[in-house]
Amino acid sequence: MTEAVLAADDHALLKTQLSSALRRQKLSAFLLVAPLLIFVTATFIYPIAGMLERSTYSPEFALEMPRTAAALAPWDGTDVPGDEVFEALALDFKDSKTRQATGRLANLVNVELPGARGLIMKIGRGVDRLQPPYREALVALDNDWSKPEIWQALYGLSKAYTSRFYIAALDLKINRQGEITTQPEDKRIFLPLFLRTFWIGALVTLCCLLFGFPVAYWLSVLPMRYANLLMILVLLPFWTSLLVRTTAWIVLLQNQGVINSLLVWTGAISDSNRLSLIFNSVGTIIAMTHILLPFMILPLYSVMKTVPFSYMRAARSLGANQYTAFIRVYLPQTKPGVAAGCLLVFILSLGYYITPALVGGESGTLISNMIAYQVQKSLNWGLAAALSSLLLVGVLLLYWAYNRLAKVDGFKLG
Amino acid sequence: MSLKLLFSTCILVTVVVASAAPSLAEGGSVTVVSFGGSYGESIKQAFLAPFQRESSIKTNMVDYNGGLGELSAQVETGNVTWDVVDLEMQDLVRACDDGLLETLTKLRLPDAADGTDPKADFVEGTLQDCGVGNIIWSTVIAFNDDMFPGDKPSKMADFFDLERFPGKRGLMKKPQAVLEWALIADGVDAKDVYDVLATPDGVERALSKLDTIRDHVVWWDAHAQAPQLLADKEVAMTMAANGRIYTAAAVGGKPFTTIWDRQIWAPEFWAIPKGAHNIDAAKKFIAFAARPEQMAVQASNIAYGPARKSAAELADDKMRPYLPTEKSNFATAIHNDVEFWADHGDSINERFVVWLSK
Repeated sequence: MTEAVLAADDHALLKTQLSSALRRQKLSAFLLVAPLLIFVTATFIYPIAGMLERSTYSPEFALEMPRTAAALAPWDGTDVPGDEVFEALALDFKDSKTRQATGRLANLVNVELPGARGLIMKIGRGVDRLQPPYREALVALDNDWSKPEIWQALYGLSKAYTSRFYIAALDLKINRQGEITTQPEDKRIFLPLFLRTFWIGALVTLCCLLFGFPVAYWLSVLPMRYANLLMILVLLPFWTSLLVRTTAWIVLLQNQGVINSLLVWTGAISDSNRLSLIFNSVGTIIAMTHILLPFMILPLYSVMKTVPFSYMRAARSLGANQYTAFIRVYLPQTKPGVAAGCLLVFILSLGYYITPALVGGESGTLISNMIAYQVQKSLNWGLAAALSSLLLVGVLLLYWAYNRLAKVDGFKLG
Repeated sequence: MSLKLLFSTCILVTVVVASAAPSLAEGGSVTVVSFGGSYGESIKQAFLAPFQRESSIKTNMVDYNGGLGELSAQVETGNVTWDVVDLEMQDLVRACDDGLLETLTKLRLPDAADGTDPKADFVEGTLQDCGVGNIIWSTVIAFNDDMFPGDKPSKMADFFDLERFPGKRGLMKKPQAVLEWALIADGVDAKDVYDVLATPDGVERALSKLDTIRDHVVWWDAHAQAPQLLADKEVAMTMAANGRIYTAAAVGGKPFTTIWDRQIWAPEFWAIPKGAHNIDAAKKFIAFAARPEQMAVQASNIAYGPARKSAAELADDKMRPYLPTEKSNFATAIHNDVEFWADHGDSINERFVVWLSK
């Protein structure tokens, strides 16, 4: 028996065969992933792209009022613009297409300059009687047209690509000289809300870790049949409606609720000093911790299951006491679980909306509640998009920083 | 490893969310959107069920929480699944301006029983370009009798009087109504209240009046919370929609009393989203719901005043004392100035939010 020696031709053949086989493999792998890829693109990437676009692109005004937008373009943004802008504005309003959109325009301008809605509606009603010279005619209609504020608002709106939503979302404003300055303290809304959102998110994550770690550890060391039973206790609330769990907390925590009544009954607190546990940030943290706990326990549990118990025994037999063995041997091995759990809980808690709305009162509402307000009530979707984008950027930055730190530590997430 | 964890948990969550998505409305039907609760029930009973019987058009009811977000999203994406929507007046004005609604000026509405033209029969301001009025509701103050064994509050100003009437106060987490009340309690004449509120100083004045009770306020978010907080004795007095208090007191047997002084009233409207699929059926439904006899059915079940005068006369006598439009209740009523809130709502709300979080 002699071993077959490959000829040079066979080498080439084998190479092409191998590469075509690999290609087929790659293709079938891609086809397997394709449904998910399409799903993610349609439900995740596309909406996020739309959100990012909406936060910077707002062509409505320029489309409805092309002459005004063009006439305002060279304006320096101070004082009152020249006669040609007044004329352009009047002509735009005389356009029948714009007249139908008067209401929409009025709401658009009102966002930039509160109270300006009436000003625009007034032109809409009196546009047929407007005669040149238009500057005098408009000022006669309402003296506000001789003030720079309304023109600055229109100037801001006339640019299709704009940073005004981000300026507003960062509690900044453009002053009369056209410079960006910070809002006075009594008008700063969003930054304090962002800070509170991150702060509460961090606290909830910490609470989840403190409560979740022992539970996950216990679950991982129990015999399978008990562990499964206990696992159901973890999962049951996870499968219960969010609303039910939130309202259950209201019943427990409120002033006349179970916990307060129990404390009064045992004499721990007096009837007049009942604790305010709900409708504030305390209530938000308690309810969110409970709701997000499974997201911490599940990743922790699945990592702890894989940590061989023999390592601990080895550490003990090499002279470490229980505490040292736990800190030096066990804990480092659960790090991936801790990391995944913390990241999940923290990111989920940043976007929490229903729970803070129901139990948050005034000190426990988060940035998502403000975004919901901008989407549903004030219809300022540009601002809502800018706020959401900032939240997204904040999360990505944290994730990046976290990964940098994790890399130094020798393991990596994603 | 951990990425896989992250991933599988995400997928699990996605599946849970996706399975909760609503099913699509069928063709040849009309989808009516309103606020649910006892109010939604009264609409089903007075309008949806009899309309379906009479016209054999299938009716569906969908609940929403008010606001224009969903409506606007549906119209903008051209995927309109709602046919008739129940709108608060400020939303109606805004949506009509923004071109989100069909114009209903040509819609033929039924005459009153005695032949009165609908234009004369509808309460002033309840027929708009894009909407047909259905009810008149009001924001009132209500209190739990058990919490005031001695003196009972009787005036709006008592809400701000913590010395005579101690106890927590419930307020909705929005500036509407509460700022009006604060100004009036501070001595502003009721007819000037919106002129004062239009100035920054006026807003500050209202907020500093609110500062006096601030530590005793429980802020709530959805109308259903008001009777709940009152029943749980979490608050002694609260702002509330009058119908919710009626339902809790008359049907639920709760010891609630409504203070009608300075009630702030506003109409509600039926409207059709632009590009609704079943527009003819929707118009038929609105014309049906505008019949005085049907409105009277609703007014006999829930304490909201019908938008037609002739319907108010047909309503059950037992209900009369609970309707906001009843003469004795209406004496000091304030008309919610929707135009004002359309102009200044956003800026006042910003100030209000900052004040709240301080």
